[in-house]
Amino acid sequence: MSRRKPEPVQIVKQRRDAALAALVGGVPYIQFMGIGVQRRGDELTATMTFDEKLIGNPLLPALHGGATAAFLEVTAMIEISWAMLWSDIESGAIDVETLVAGDLPRLPKTIDFTVDYLRSGLPRDAYARAKVTRSGRRYASVQVEAWQDNRDRLFAQATCHFLMPTQPTGAQ
Amino acid sequence: MVDKATIARQFIEAIPHSKALGMVLTEIGDGMAEILMAYNPALVGDPQTGVIHGGAVSALMDTCGGAAVMSHPDAPAGTATIDLRIDYMRGATPGQSIRARAECYHITRSVAFVRATAYDDDADKPVATASGAFTVERAK
Repeated sequence: MSRRKPEPVQIVKQRRDAALAALVGGVPYIQFMGIGVQRRGDELTATMTFDEKLIGNPLLPALHGGATAAFLEVTAMIEISWAMLWSDIESGAIDVETLVAGDLPRLPKTIDFTVDYLRSGLPRDAYARAKVTRSGRRYASVQVEAWQDNRDRLFAQATCHFLMPTQPTGAQ
Repeated sequence: MVDKATIARQFIEAIPHSKALGMVLTEIGDGMAEILMAYNPALVGDPQTGVIHGGAVSALMDTCGGAAVMSHPDAPAGTATIDLRIDYMRGATPGQSIRARAECYHITRSVAFVRATAYDDDADKPVATASGAFTVERAK
């Protein structure tokens, strides 16, 4: 009963980062919005870098509610996809080369999305983290929080439901 | 005299984010608004199919809802979204414009209630529906 020797850290990191880069970098809209995702272990934090084109009210000025909603939705979608792929990324069942080539497995689909606007979004960078509160075989529920300067002062939060892709028969 | 619809139109079309997404106001007045968002490869959420990202549809719904509120006869000087729920029925057909129609069906002194629907070329099968509450900002 010998324990398998842990893989070298750079191999593990390379696989995780390649998977994340494929999820984020392969989507034109995520690039258009200027959204990036940072990773620590399996914890993800999304950043929406401020740009003039995200403004919704030029007089205040404030971020567009639609941009805020999209930011939360993108964050929730990446989180649920990441959670779904995690065990295959860790086991190496997912081939990094395939991911890098942009050949992703089928991802969850958004069923519905509810966003609460808590205060107006300031014209500066925004951050968001999502949490999968329940992940079933068919449906998943994800909560997202977004903040700017102060982690405890959320400017928006959202709940999102996803339809999970059907697993090939016989898969665990 | 410049009517309210003209003011609302100018206001909506001056919004940087709406401009960036290519939104064009096609109809406005009496608490109703319709906005068209042309197909744009930069807004794609699934590169394998070319389907527009749900986030762009949300932004369209939010803008259209706000426009409907501002065009209401008891309209406020300005408005902001309190909450918005969007249900996604299906992916919009790649290559087709998305058209959102929003109705401000009730307004109080402080809150405006809105329903919205988004379509592509198939007017019988909505792409998404939304409902939301908006603030009513009185002129100072």
